[in-house]
Amino acid sequence: MKQTVRWAPLVLFILLGSAMTYGLAKPDSTNIRSKMIGASVPTFTLPPATAGLPGLASSDLAAGRPHLVNIFASWCVPCVAEAPQLKAIADAGVPVMGIAVRDRPEALQRFLARNGNPFRAIGADDASQVQMAMGSSGVPESFVVDGHGRILSQVIGPINPEDVAGIVAEVRAAR
Amino acid sequence: MIAEAGLAALWLGAALCALQLVAAGLAVRGQDALAGIVRPVAVAQAALTALAFALLILLFVRVDLSVALVFENDHSAKPFLYRFAAAWGNHEGSMLMWVAILTVAGAAVALFERKLEERTLLATLGGQAAIGLGFYAFLLFASNPFARLFPVPPEGRGLNPLLQDPGLAFHPPTLYLGYVGLSVAFSFAIGALLTRDVGPAFARAMRPWVLGAWIFLTIGITAGSYWAYYELGWGGWWFWDPVENASLMPWLAATALLHSVTVLATRDGLRAWTLMLAVLAFSMSMIGTFLVRSGILTSVHAFAVDPRRGSFLLALLFIYIGGALALFGARVGTVREGSRFDPISREAGLVANNLLLSAILGIVLVGTLYPLLVEAATGTKLSVGPPYFNAAAGPLALILVAIMAAGPLLRWRRDNLKPLARRIAPAAILALAVLAAVKLAAPTIHILSLLGLSLAAGLALASVAPLWKRNLLRTPLFVWGMVVAHLGVAVSLAGMACDSSFTVEKLVAARVGERVAVGPYSITLDAIDPTFAENWQALQATLLVRRGEGDTLTLTPQARAYWAPPTETSETAIHTALDGQLYTVIGKQAADGRWQLRLWWKPFVTLIWAGGALIALGGALALVGRVWRGRRKPAEQWL
Repeated sequence: MKQTVRWAPLVLFILLGSAMTYGLAKPDSTNIRSKMIGASVPTFTLPPATAGLPGLASSDLAAGRPHLVNIFASWCVPCVAEAPQLKAIADAGVPVMGIAVRDRPEALQRFLARNGNPFRAIGADDASQVQMAMGSSGVPESFVVDGHGRILSQVIGPINPEDVAGIVAEVRAAR
Repeated sequence: MIAEAGLAALWLGAALCALQLVAAGLAVRGQDALAGIVRPVAVAQAALTALAFALLILLFVRVDLSVALVFENDHSAKPFLYRFAAAWGNHEGSMLMWVAILTVAGAAVALFERKLEERTLLATLGGQAAIGLGFYAFLLFASNPFARLFPVPPEGRGLNPLLQDPGLAFHPPTLYLGYVGLSVAFSFAIGALLTRDVGPAFARAMRPWVLGAWIFLTIGITAGSYWAYYELGWGGWWFWDPVENASLMPWLAATALLHSVTVLATRDGLRAWTLMLAVLAFSMSMIGTFLVRSGILTSVHAFAVDPRRGSFLLALLFIYIGGALALFGARVGTVREGSRFDPISREAGLVANNLLLSAILGIVLVGTLYPLLVEAATGTKLSVGPPYFNAAAGPLALILVAIMAAGPLLRWRRDNLKPLARRIAPAAILALAVLAAVKLAAPTIHILSLLGLSLAAGLALASVAPLWKRNLLRTPLFVWGMVVAHLGVAVSLAGMACDSSFTVEKLVAARVGERVAVGPYSITLDAIDPTFAENWQALQATLLVRRGEGDTLTLTPQARAYWAPPTETSETAIHTALDGQLYTVIGKQAADGRWQLRLWWKPFVTLIWAGGALIALGGALALVGRVWRGRRKPAEQWL
């Protein structure tokens, strides 16, 4: 048998082993970089989701000021856990816009009464169409959008207390 | 005390294993002072690990919550069988089972192997001890199953409810018997490379061990496939999941080995290749274990994953596989080349079989590791799904089936095309007839399914052809084994093709009292009732099933909720008829009060597993035939 053929299995195995070593050594990251980052928000106009607050349109997000867009629902339990963080972000001067997914005005009213209202506007997305177009697969999700309507970052799942400072800084930097 | 006794048994076993390695190593180098103790030590070692495993099972059955592993995986409300099975439904317990089987296999070699030359046998037992030592270290330093817990908690954390199924009691142990049984072939190859003793006698000695492991692997894979089919409730029987692939790859390598070892035993050909396959088969077992246990690939089977232990296992992989392949590279040049053969001969058919099996193995390996390789190269996460595997491995598998039909009809050493054509003609005609008939009956059928059905028919006929004009009573048992196993492949292939092309699936939202038609059945949702058992509660649908004017049957699929740990599962209800299965799953209730029902009519799907069982039965017949004949006429030239 030829010299080279004899050692080929070992060489192949070492290549395979290196790949597996990499697989073990790679940082165990569950963060997925959103495909939406850098993209403009889709064009939409949503009617008001509840009395007393305006609805939301994509043109509101391209009017020169950066925003935090929060996709949520009154029926979503993690959204309740997220409420204090949204409040803190709004109190820091960041305009927070809501998109309520498959919700009812009276349920939304109760949700805001119980958990506080950080929103300047809430659009009613009754068929999840805007949610899907934003590249969101669940509630809650939040997007930092710059003054031109471009998505700067996406948070999948509830915003945790340790995330607040970063989001506020990101919105300030986008001014 | 039981846990401490188990740990002590493991440490003693490890010490004996080291002794076995040293004594065998000295014997191979020509110093026979300790040669006499190798066999008894191997047996004593196996007794100790078997004792440790039995003690672990005892701890689980008694729900001794002062042991951390029992606390994590057991629960006093769990039925007895599942408390028993919980002992190996977790990382530490399954690794202890691995070591126990490894050492018992070594002991079996020490006790029963009589054909192998003594020095090669000692080298083989040395190889077995070398593998054992690494896995003892893994158990004792990185996965101690007997670690205590203080303070003692009042109740255990239960077991994954998907695993609370009779299938679990037998599926992992059979697979492990197969995986670890292949270690014997690996050690044989190491022994033969060390002593340069490769030939027909070596092959005949190795063959029963390969056959034994292969039978268990076949049963394990078949049972696992059926378990996933009825337990997961997705209606599929194979998902090309990394863990499934991890069991398929050693099987492919072992199947190739099984055939090449026959060439070596009968015609003294394929020496280096057979050694390579013996190393490869167990390497695939270890790589499979590593992939499953380390969690570097995402899988639905990730029941017991720990990346920290991954580095330990990876180091073992480098030592054993790397070491064996280095030994192969260094020594195989000194293995005398085997005898040659004609391009049209049984040997050539078996070589084609080996190349195709290896190619399929390569495709599965690449597909399984591709996500990892791509992430290493570009940082992108992706997954490889059934479309790749089916498109890449499917055609090769069909060619393999065609060769499988012709192979047993070829003569050893040299044959001619003309007589072969005459022998294969009936099968070829049948295959073409089925091809035409199916194409006429179902013009839109997928090409792979069409060819699958046609080749299955041809193979079924061709595989019984070796019995033609033979005295069936005097036909050796191992010929029967080949016939039955090849027939099993035909049966299984027919089931796969039928399932993939003729399955009818219906997803409906039904009110109580509503009637739905699926395939030949009409199904009425009669009632939805709550029901419960000691560790779950469920919503149970009562389906009244009627076929034509026949009797009405009742099927009761359930949506179960377990509470330790809280998990929801769906229990399928399956009605098996002669010509297929009706498969029913109940889903959620919609807002308007209707219930989701998923209903499948799967014609001839049972053939898939019946074929798997036939393949294993063929293996068992061959094993019994070989061992029996070997006892009776040890010196005779084998067929």
